[in-house]
Amino acid sequence: MVNRGDVKQKDKQMSNLVYKYMRPEHLPHIWCPGCGNGIIMRDVAQAIENLGLSRNNTIIVSGIGCSSRAAGYLDFNTIHTTHGRAIAFATGIKLANPSLEVIVIAGDGDISAIGGNHLIHAARRNIGITVIVMNNNIYGMTGGQYSPTTPKGAFGTTAPYGNLDRPFDIAGLAYGAGASFAARGSAYHVQQTINIIQEGIHHSGFSLIDVASVCPTYYGRKNKSGSAVDMLKWQRDNMIPAEKAAKMEPEELKGKLVLGILHQVQYKEFTYAYDQLIKRLYQEREENE
Amino acid sequence: MGNVVLMQGNEACVEGALAAGMRLYAGYPITPSTEIAEISSVRLPQEGGKFIQMEDEIASIACAIGASVAGVKAMTATSGPGFSLKQENLGYAALAEIPLVVVDVQRMGPSTGMPTFPSQGDMMMARWGTHGDHPVIALCPSSVKETYDLSIRAFNLSEKFRTPVLLMMDELVGHLREGMELPNPEEIEIIDRPTVKYPDPKRLPYHMKAGQLVPQMAPFGKGQRYNITGLIHDESGFPTNSTEEARKMMERLMHKISDNYDYIKDLATENMDDADIAIFCYGGTARAAKSAMDEARAKGLKVGIFRPRTIWPFPENELAEASRKLKKIVVAEHNFGQMLLEVQRVVKNNCPVSFVGKWNGGVITPSEILAKIEEA
Repeated sequence: MVNRGDVKQKDKQMSNLVYKYMRPEHLPHIWCPGCGNGIIMRDVAQAIENLGLSRNNTIIVSGIGCSSRAAGYLDFNTIHTTHGRAIAFATGIKLANPSLEVIVIAGDGDISAIGGNHLIHAARRNIGITVIVMNNNIYGMTGGQYSPTTPKGAFGTTAPYGNLDRPFDIAGLAYGAGASFAARGSAYHVQQTINIIQEGIHHSGFSLIDVASVCPTYYGRKNKSGSAVDMLKWQRDNMIPAEKAAKMEPEELKGKLVLGILHQVQYKEFTYAYDQLIKRLYQEREENE
Repeated sequence: MGNVVLMQGNEACVEGALAAGMRLYAGYPITPSTEIAEISSVRLPQEGGKFIQMEDEIASIACAIGASVAGVKAMTATSGPGFSLKQENLGYAALAEIPLVVVDVQRMGPSTGMPTFPSQGDMMMARWGTHGDHPVIALCPSSVKETYDLSIRAFNLSEKFRTPVLLMMDELVGHLREGMELPNPEEIEIIDRPTVKYPDPKRLPYHMKAGQLVPQMAPFGKGQRYNITGLIHDESGFPTNSTEEARKMMERLMHKISDNYDYIKDLATENMDDADIAIFCYGGTARAAKSAMDEARAKGLKVGIFRPRTIWPFPENELAEASRKLKKIVVAEHNFGQMLLEVQRVVKNNCPVSFVGKWNGGVITPSEILAKIEEA
């Protein structure tokens, strides 16, 4: 383990963002060469910088899997929880102290398979947490098994003959469950994704940002997707901005991913509503006394 | 007399928790613990706290742990099927050292079993339910008043030792209604977790200074940035693969409970001074045991009651000592013989151990215990 001072001395080139919002003594990260997660983690840090959030007041909650390691690298109050349960832990933190900015970083398996129930109910409840999904379409940490976002027909170590399941659209799932903010970013579209994450954190209710990552090690290898760069180029060529997609026919959008804020409405955030209830009960009691 | 009230066991559990400082309850409806959720939903916002009905049992305990991490005393309650579901996160709270109270109002199992019938079938799950070695504190009330008192103690122990504490109720006690005297709030001892006073980024979050029972806790959002994980970690709070660090962490976790056995133990004995025969009981079965003891005493038999209110850690020192002077121990419990195994392990050949169990949803009657007492 290197201490922070040494790191600063050693690498003057190190981005201020890394130095300010990450724990350099715990870097380099464990993600494989070419993994999209590092890009997305940086996007989160940049969005936090742009918003000027306080490090002490921001909480990062993660579950289990490749994505969950982000919590250890980010220099906030961080909690690495159990598989699938990050949103439920985050709900408790937000309820206990609504002034905290609570951000969940999760993977596609973590959030939509084992943790799917928590995702839809947090969305329905409109609790003010932000969920950022590092969606690599595979279980990476355990070695490449198909996940709920693995496309039909794609290969994984547990889908040796091609995946028979139909994949989830996680942003669509959140929208369907009543999320007041649902969006999609990608590892390739860095600037757009930073903006989207910023908007998601800024949004007062529940927000979900499904960020397309890349997993060249497992998904890419199993599906002959080429190098990490090839996989990022696929994102460049196949993701359509939401404004443009709105004018396109469903047929034209087949096989494409829509990029941007897909849905945003405002309604009362859960902890705000609960605090109002407490105030009302206090007032009623005072009036009766 | 103070303020005497008629209360249900489940209600006393909530009132005790509130007196202890509970300000968040996360739960999921399940018989026979549901009143704990219902009453919490009424009472918590009145006290400035929050109630949330989560989407499932796992989310409920996760939410309670999250709230505790942010500095709020939190509780969740359930029954057998839900207690099974909570086991993974119970282990998380034990390893990450997050104070938390989990109530199990036991019902007949296994599986869905007989939801409205009493049982004590989760006693070994309380000890061994989550994977891996871990410390456990579990308390067993046998009356409404005791439920109130032990609910407070459960919070105090969880805060003091930074560990989840199990309040192992049963349907019989949970749904029992009886009169009890409410203590004056000033008379109630409240223990709060040891908390970091001056946040310091260089501080190791799991480092203990000499004389401390547990590392001081830093509520999220109060300036001390650190990491919490369910991976084996060192004093920095970050994962480690060092076998030496893992050994140190595991031994500290186990010893913080075992070294404080005397503080945690809580025995309610009756007529043990001159007893030849002891009834070993806990929770709901204690009520039939008391009648059986009274009837036996009326017949001239020297019978006493050995009743742990803290069931885990098991009161092995006291039971071993008592058994040396006894001619017989009768274990009475609503299961197929769970704590019986512990009694046999501890008593060894000091005296014979006989067993009265019930596993059909019914309750053990005083005459069934008396019959075992009188058996040659």
